[in-house]
Amino acid sequence: MCRLFAITSDTPVSPLVALNALDVMREGHDGSGVGLFLRDLGGAFDEMKDAPILSGIFTKEGIKRLDTFMMNLGFMTKYKISFKLPKNTPEGIPKRDMYLIRAYEYPEEWEGRNFEELGKELMNIRLTLREKGKAEQDMIVFSFWPDVIMLKEIGDPLTVGRYLQLDREDLRARVIMAQGRQNTNYAINLYACHPFFLQGISTMTNGENTAFVPIKEFLMSRGFPGYTGFQSDSEVFTHILHYTLTKLGLGLEAYKHIITPLQGAAFENHPNALLLRQLKQSCRSMIIDGPNCVIGSLPDHSLFMVQDRKKLRPGVVGGRPGQYAFSSEICGLDAVIPDRDKSKDFQPMHLDTAIIGPDRQEIKICHQTDPLPLLH
Amino acid sequence: MPSNRPITPSSLSIKDLPWQIHWNKDKCTLCGSCTAVCPVNAIELGVFRKRSVETALGINRSSSSVFKVYQGIRQKTDPAYSCIGCAMCTQVCPNDAIMPMKSDEVGKLAYHINQGGQPRRRGGRRNVTGGLLDQIKFIRISMLTDPALDAGRHEFELRTLLGRVLPPEESLAHFKSNGWIPPVREIYPLIIGSMSFGALSPPMWEGLQMGVTYLNEEMNMPVRVCTGEGGCPPRLLRSRFLQYVILQVASGYFGWDEIIHAIPEMKVDPCAIEIKYGQGAKPGDGGLLMWNKVNNLIAAIRGVPAGISLPSPPTHQTQYSIEESVAKMIQSMSMAWGFRVPVYPKISATSTALAVLNNLTRNAYASGLAIDGEDGGTGAAYDVSMNSMGHPIATNIRDSYLNLVALGKQNEIPLFAGGGVGKSGNLASNAAALIMLGASGVQIGKYIMQAAAGCLGSETDRCNICNIGLCPKGITSQDPRLYRRLNPEDVAQRVVDVYLSFDTELKKIVAPLGRSTSLPIGMSDALGINDFNAAERLNIKYVV
Repeated sequence: MCRLFAITSDTPVSPLVALNALDVMREGHDGSGVGLFLRDLGGAFDEMKDAPILSGIFTKEGIKRLDTFMMNLGFMTKYKISFKLPKNTPEGIPKRDMYLIRAYEYPEEWEGRNFEELGKELMNIRLTLREKGKAEQDMIVFSFWPDVIMLKEIGDPLTVGRYLQLDREDLRARVIMAQGRQNTNYAINLYACHPFFLQGISTMTNGENTAFVPIKEFLMSRGFPGYTGFQSDSEVFTHILHYTLTKLGLGLEAYKHIITPLQGAAFENHPNALLLRQLKQSCRSMIIDGPNCVIGSLPDHSLFMVQDRKKLRPGVVGGRPGQYAFSSEICGLDAVIPDRDKSKDFQPMHLDTAIIGPDRQEIKICHQTDPLPLLH
Repeated sequence: MPSNRPITPSSLSIKDLPWQIHWNKDKCTLCGSCTAVCPVNAIELGVFRKRSVETALGINRSSSSVFKVYQGIRQKTDPAYSCIGCAMCTQVCPNDAIMPMKSDEVGKLAYHINQGGQPRRRGGRRNVTGGLLDQIKFIRISMLTDPALDAGRHEFELRTLLGRVLPPEESLAHFKSNGWIPPVREIYPLIIGSMSFGALSPPMWEGLQMGVTYLNEEMNMPVRVCTGEGGCPPRLLRSRFLQYVILQVASGYFGWDEIIHAIPEMKVDPCAIEIKYGQGAKPGDGGLLMWNKVNNLIAAIRGVPAGISLPSPPTHQTQYSIEESVAKMIQSMSMAWGFRVPVYPKISATSTALAVLNNLTRNAYASGLAIDGEDGGTGAAYDVSMNSMGHPIATNIRDSYLNLVALGKQNEIPLFAGGGVGKSGNLASNAAALIMLGASGVQIGKYIMQAAAGCLGSETDRCNICNIGLCPKGITSQDPRLYRRLNPEDVAQRVVDVYLSFDTELKKIVAPLGRSTSLPIGMSDALGINDFNAAERLNIKYVV
């Protein structure tokens, strides 16, 4: 099983806060790896919200190839975070040449392009780098997107965090997602490590996705280059959310109707029953069937949690205006926001989508039986 | 045997026959039940003359021999009357004194069952037991990290879609603009496949319909039954029960005059229209209802004279190609019901299935494709067609599904697999295997006859006389003296039994795999087989 923790806060917090929460929940994961997703960044990045940030791990050869590649495209380094690593790598963590977090200046000739075009290009660059890195085993790229930093490594979450000295002033964010991972059915591979990222959308999941193969086949046949990877059966949750929001043009409240459609009387009696029938039938290949808790972050800085149809995974949301957190277990929440009103904690059930909006003022619960907003 | 008894090339002894009657003189009461019930008159009362030697015990007496007569059962050896192994004699015998036994070798009958130059015709299936589907196992059991689901307590939705499903973007666009959305039925994934009124007896047909209706209206299971090519009884056409029925049109168009004329009076739409282009049991050959079964009732429903054989042409005579069929038949059938009813073709499994499928993907009105494999059954066909013609269903359905995956249309055109599903009794596992190979649902015919009505046929060439109307169980007979043996209520009860037990077994398969929210169509990672080449070919795991 994995353990998940996500926090959204008015004031930027250190990623170590999330790793501490994972450590409190360590009985639920085996310390085989950690993934971090940071958005709405503080520190120096706060001043460069539009600059795309590349996150990844590189060998010495890889970094040279990256520089040549980016320079040829016309990207200039704008800002970077340098990690000064201790000489001795802790047991269980592989020795790396370089953890890279680097903000770029767009090429001059890109000026005037709208965000949609930029997004497409940024994704293509990330995928190209990933392909190149796979061939030579010298580059691992997690994200390339404005205002987003990602970091993944094998090893115990807190040990990794301390080793990388993540508790630093220039690495703070208002939205953080973290996952302590137990690898289950697939090989140990950093690309199999949550959270997953695609064009500004990121999710992480607790649980196995038993419908993985048909979903993967469906996504791969959409003809969209971003639906790739599939080193983890949980990556498809990110892709499905991306498909729901960008290809179908629906809102977050429709996500659950895609992955876990209503059944029986609740389905027949829903005010949007006709629309839901269309969705359920045409998106049948994206119905998930595992015991899954999904936490995700959207480009508008909102954070959400949904559960599978049977609510077989733990998950809780709580906090106070200005700071809310999602956690697999209540002890994780207690460790980070102890002074909240615990009676307002909420554990989303099988029909719920719990959303903390960009204003971080309240927990919004979107019930699957509620009417959907009008299509436009 | 008298020395002058003629021996012709086709003179056979009992040893030469595929089935040999074992009769026990000690137990026999000579009641005559067996000879009366035998559908092919393979046995008759025999009078046997037997010499017994009486040895004298004393020296004053001389030994003698006497001839005695006893009555018993004699098996005929004329090829026309050879035993079919149905064992109805055993069923009716009060003393268990008689039973047909399978010959220990391939009988010589096969060489002689073409008297008058007429090749053998029969009903049933290809005479090969077992099959690949029985070898497929479900290997991806959820353990430890994610426990298996509870087949008995959790909520399951095991329905499938019949109809053309639009791709998500198009579906929403049509929805927003009030555009035409093709009709889609949510149905149970186990369909009773096409068996015509004519091939089946009235009580069998009635029993199936009643069972299906009960499942729909009392058990909340949207089970569908296909008519086969033989029309549909007029009252059913005008009843609400028509919604549970898939009407089939085939190359003989039998009964369609009646159906077309009933359209204005229909209370509900039929579930779907199946256009039969081929049948797994006799690919490339048309339907056949032999004259023996065309009585006045059948003739009336089909709109033909009574007492004549009804061979349907191998192809639809008005068309030259599948392209034309797609263009004309699917569209005109759709139009007949105002584009509210899914229309799909059924073909026999064949190495050309992909060509058909690719064509269907380009036709907006094509609602699916049913593929019938070589192990499919039939009411009447030439023996050679059944035994040697056709394509196995597993690879055909897999290739078709992967072809749709390559096109990105795997959710748009549902594939339905038939032909030998449950052949060895493993209905749920065979069906689940086909679904995980890519079928949206499966069709059964022979299985439901065996399970719901006690059909005796088997792949060891037992019985298999569905074609001549002498079905000893009354399932495929049109003779009231035979079909009164079958009570439609009992058939309906068994249909319900079969579906309820299938449903439980299907859950017992999908729950350990962690599936319950949707039918695991194409979940090929769950499948394994201990045959390396089959695993490679089907793109599933090789496990030993």
